[in-house]
Amino acid sequence: MKFAVLVFPGSNCDIDMYHAIKDELGEEVEYVWHDATDLSEFDGVLIPGGFSYGDYLRCGAMANQSNVMAEVKKFAQAGKPVLGVCNGFQILTEAGLLPGALLRNKNLKFMCRTVGLKVTNNDTLFTNQYEAGEVINIPIAHGEGNYFCDDKTLAELKANNQIVFTYSGENPNGSLEDIAGIINERGNVLGMMPHPERAVDALLGSNDGLKVFKSIVKMWRESHVS
Amino acid sequence: MAKVKIYVTLRESVLDPQGSAVQGSLVKMGYNEVQDIRIGKYLEVVIGDTERDLDSLVKEMCEKLLANTVIEDYRYEVEEAN
Repeated sequence: MKFAVLVFPGSNCDIDMYHAIKDELGEEVEYVWHDATDLSEFDGVLIPGGFSYGDYLRCGAMANQSNVMAEVKKFAQAGKPVLGVCNGFQILTEAGLLPGALLRNKNLKFMCRTVGLKVTNNDTLFTNQYEAGEVINIPIAHGEGNYFCDDKTLAELKANNQIVFTYSGENPNGSLEDIAGIINERGNVLGMMPHPERAVDALLGSNDGLKVFKSIVKMWRESHVS
Repeated sequence: MAKVKIYVTLRESVLDPQGSAVQGSLVKMGYNEVQDIRIGKYLEVVIGDTERDLDSLVKEMCEKLLANTVIEDYRYEVEEAN
């Protein structure tokens, strides 16, 4: 399986994402610059964290206008897996590929720590290697991770089981219903504030994030290798 | 040519913790009459000669980039320059 790691001016988790795929997962991966106009050689797209375009105007707003995001929208429409982490999640909401928005953390602080994360839906392309309700430890590092949507959207998220991760214990940013990660209705686009790519080796504190990537590969193998 | 003044503000239904913090500071300074503060953005956009209708052009730019209508409202004033 071949992954693309998108790189915008200001991305800073791209190397961690690349490392997770290449060295820990053992799959193919390439960096893809924001002005790329073709994603046809890839099976999965990873949008890393960071501060694309300096977070100017709004987090993810200008990244959404880049050439590569037009391709990501087509890629998602084709049903292929797209994972956005942190700034990647913000970009996906700006792109309209996921509902809602990420607001400034309620306490106005940049939060950088490991949090408990509950897997509220393990029946997805991204979480099938976890147990239902399992609590995992994954780091967060963001100033704008306070998930917000209107009541109608929240009801839809619940009805379709689109809330995939919630904070377990302390809610670090004030997000609605402790939401840490959501999936689109079709089930092929996941956005999450915590960083699974920073939790892929027990030596560095936790390897609980590796199963996100293993889940993607498992689903891909099942549908592409007989 | 026209100068357009655009104001982008958080929707009423969205909490503004930054505004609350600033309000807290003002009250602490003795300005007890301050009841609420909402912080927004102000943009000045200078637009050159265009065939397009100015209103529809500005609205399109606001909807597509300058405001995120999931969480923000926008309004604008057109000021003719020379």
